[in-house]
Amino acid sequence: MAGYIAHRLLWSIPTLIVITIATFVIIQLPPGDYVTAYIAELVETGEVIDAETAAHIRHEFGLDRPMYEQFLTWIGGILLHGDFGLSLDWKLPVSELIWDRIGLTLLISMLSLLMTWVIAIPIGVYSATRQYSFLDHLFTVLGFLGRGIPDFLLALVLMWMGFLYFNFHVGGLFSPAYENAPWSFAKFIDLLSHLWVPVLVLSTGGAAGLLRIMRANMLEELGKPYVETAYAQGLSERQVVWRYPVRVALNPFISTVGWALPALISGDVITAVVLNLPTTGPLLLRSLQNQDMYLAGGFILILSVFTIIGTLLSDILLVLTDPRIRHS
Amino acid sequence: MQDETILEIKDLNICFEMREGTVNAVNGVNFSVKPGEVLGIVGESGSGKSLSARSIMNLLPRNATVTNGSVKFRKTDGEVIDILAEKRESRKMRELRGGHVGMIFQEPMTALSPVHSIGKQIMTTLSLHTDLSKKAQVERAADLLAMVQMPKPMEMLKKYPHQLSGGMRQRAMIAMALSCNPSLLLADEPTTALDVTTEAQILDLIMSLQDELNMAVIFITHNFGVVAEIADRVSVMYLGNAVETAAVDDIFYNPKHPYTRALLQSIPRLDGQKRHRLQTIEGMVPDPFNLPTGCVFHTRCAEKMAGKCTSQIPELTHFENDQMARCHLHQA
Repeated sequence: MAGYIAHRLLWSIPTLIVITIATFVIIQLPPGDYVTAYIAELVETGEVIDAETAAHIRHEFGLDRPMYEQFLTWIGGILLHGDFGLSLDWKLPVSELIWDRIGLTLLISMLSLLMTWVIAIPIGVYSATRQYSFLDHLFTVLGFLGRGIPDFLLALVLMWMGFLYFNFHVGGLFSPAYENAPWSFAKFIDLLSHLWVPVLVLSTGGAAGLLRIMRANMLEELGKPYVETAYAQGLSERQVVWRYPVRVALNPFISTVGWALPALISGDVITAVVLNLPTTGPLLLRSLQNQDMYLAGGFILILSVFTIIGTLLSDILLVLTDPRIRHS
Repeated sequence: MQDETILEIKDLNICFEMREGTVNAVNGVNFSVKPGEVLGIVGESGSGKSLSARSIMNLLPRNATVTNGSVKFRKTDGEVIDILAEKRESRKMRELRGGHVGMIFQEPMTALSPVHSIGKQIMTTLSLHTDLSKKAQVERAADLLAMVQMPKPMEMLKKYPHQLSGGMRQRAMIAMALSCNPSLLLADEPTTALDVTTEAQILDLIMSLQDELNMAVIFITHNFGVVAEIADRVSVMYLGNAVETAAVDDIFYNPKHPYTRALLQSIPRLDGQKRHRLQTIEGMVPDPFNLPTGCVFHTRCAEKMAGKCTSQIPELTHFENDQMARCHLHQA
């Protein structure tokens, strides 16, 4: 087991190197660079910048140097000093921008993920064990609705209803009074009162899809002979269902739990924009639009690290839960 | 229910309501089993033999309905349980399953839980039906594995089904079914999925354990050879009907029902004359949605009597030595 983990960890090093190089190259692939985008923005407001000034800015940011040199400087800074470079757009260190938001992003995403599972698994199990019952049909309809309605639309409707009927302050994670206040118990309560909207919005779509998968997995498992064996041993229905087929049916979930980690950072950008959430999604979107390459590169690097850790985690979990994988 | 019988099935009728119509899967099946007796149930696929066995466990598929009949089981303490009157999930039924009636299945590959070790699965049955301590359960489980002749029982307890061969899995399955000393063992084609050598070993094992523990066995199979080897009595099923039930010798040497005779003639024999084509039963098994009127076998029967067989359902005729057959040939 320890050997297996060490082996996997060692392999993640070359994977990371390749990913960072690839992302750095891909970000620079579109024609132009940050300065082009910057100038275009200025032109819109009526200012004109001559070629000399542009070249000067490029030189200042190091954009005129060859790509491999830029890459080495950037990656060297990260490895040696933990310095992710400067966001060209924000004129702020990248790490300052990213870490601020990652905490809240993790909080929202973890809560939604938990919520998704809490909703989807029991309903999926119920739907499968009582296939074609009234509630199964009801959950099926709700599931397809939840899957079909875009998250951002649900977010808009919730915001509108909250504003109209309950006089909530909607959007964002804090009331204006607490936005820049230091952390306190009151601020925490304020956070909770805002948090349920994004968590609800983000978990419905996921839960709707997941419950269909859970139902399908369970239906397949319930038809297998070992379920009948379990009944023939004298177990009650509840014991049979939760001890045997649910455990097997959960395997596909466990193998994808690792993907949840990167999805936490990059996912649901639209919802985050609509709800004005101070999470990482909108920031990443903007950095890509502006070719703010160090910020975008920093994000993608963290995403890849999360992906690798996540996949490793789910592989380890699978080995722990499924003896068939453990021994092969 | 007679005093000496342990299980009695009377006039059992089971049907499935389907979109295409009603399927009468079991039509008036009767048989009984005495303690220590081995009853073989023979029949082709879809003849209702597995379904009849499932009714003993009260584990019929959810879309199946029992329209008539009773299944009664006598526990060792003398209490008689009317199984079909019990709820599927009742305490009595759960005590019966695994405790008084053990069951082994056709597919040793898939009939054991893939995510629990063999030991864990046997101990689950033990913890449901006995008061043994954890330590005693482990010992009992190891003893059981030794009883079914598995090598290194203590190590085997930790193994998972996918680490064992088909024969070994079936042995584990048998150990699990016998863990609480059931007085009746239901074996639903336990050797069908095994190769011939393993089949012989498993049959030997079941027979020696049956002898040792003096339990009754209902052995479902489509293989007459297996029946000849192990059964005391045989019930032949066709399209949901038990067409003939008799002691094993009477079935082979004095069959009363044309279907039994036809089946016996279509068994290949090593000592038979060569260059003769094997006899087959004429025609096809009828569509289950449109069962024939009268005797269900009349469409394929070589001894059909026009008029009578096509319109009247034959009554059960009793012969000496407890032989029974449903055929107009034997009715006055």
